[in-house]
Amino acid sequence: MIAETPAGLRPASSFRVHHFETAEQQYAAGKLGMWLFLVTEVLFFGGLFVAYAVFRSLHPEVFVNSAALLDTKLGAVNTVILLFSSLTMAWAVRCSQLGQQRGLVLCLCLTLAAAFTFLGIKGVEYSHKWHEGHLWASQYVSEDSATGEFDRAGTFFSVYFAMTGLHAIHILAGIGAIAWLLKRSMAGHFSPNYFTPVDTVGLYWHLVDLVWIFLFPLLYLIG
Amino acid sequence: MSDETVHAHVSSPAQLIGIFAALLALTGLTVWAATWPVGHLDVWIALSIAGVKATLVALYFMHLKYDNPTNGLLLIFSLAVVLLFLSVTLSDVRQLVPEVEAAGPVRVPIRGAESQ
Repeated sequence: MIAETPAGLRPASSFRVHHFETAEQQYAAGKLGMWLFLVTEVLFFGGLFVAYAVFRSLHPEVFVNSAALLDTKLGAVNTVILLFSSLTMAWAVRCSQLGQQRGLVLCLCLTLAAAFTFLGIKGVEYSHKWHEGHLWASQYVSEDSATGEFDRAGTFFSVYFAMTGLHAIHILAGIGAIAWLLKRSMAGHFSPNYFTPVDTVGLYWHLVDLVWIFLFPLLYLIG
Repeated sequence: MSDETVHAHVSSPAQLIGIFAALLALTGLTVWAATWPVGHLDVWIALSIAGVKATLVALYFMHLKYDNPTNGLLLIFSLAVVLLFLSVTLSDVRQLVPEVEAAGPVRVPIRGAESQ
């Protein structure tokens, strides 16, 4: 049987490209491509996690003292916001699979709002650190370092800014991708037989969430 | 099956909300666990909780439980490579650091200074 495209949505067949035999093959190929990209992302962030492990194993006391300078409450709130955005993104995929256009638009808007809130809180944290002089190694100018108590704390903040900064850049890229989905979903492009872009952007968004799931305890909590 | 039909698992609202609730509970647990007086074990406790959270996200939000196993294998291979990178680098650092520190501070010549 041929699944009906819900009223008001563009037929899925208009997005079929000729080099795929079936819509399902096109969907599976797109997903495999996204997973291959996610593999490179895991390796990309993996390098920074190795840097974290090396510096921490060399100077565990520096990491313990410096982690206390981060605001655990803001980190925890951002974790909850990102988890919520993962829920709304997963729900957006569900809506697109069921042809629920209004639900899809709503879920994408909620995901975008959560992404901007996350960046806003990150901005508050960054500006606080900027004023305190808790910066990366070459720029670390806090009073604490003069006492020697937090000697080499700049090493910790180098790792902190590299990891959270790269993560924030990924959030920005995600915002762009989700905005593109929003535009296409309002144009009625997605239907039960064509939702690959929603699914693959969702996978990317969940990976960004996965990275934060490890960053939060490693940077904010352990100490 | 029609050429135009795509079959994929659709998550139920109960499942999505259940996973979200579990992720929130585990976030609370990891914040609480950070206050336990367990010394250096805290890294392993935090990583274990994060690992459970990551598995939930990968299996349910990323649909790996219902997906073509190739996609899940790709993720597992990439994590295995990161683990290999991590373990070899850490063992190398641990072996070499005592030798480097025994050699004392390194004096780096300023470029151009030696010709003056």
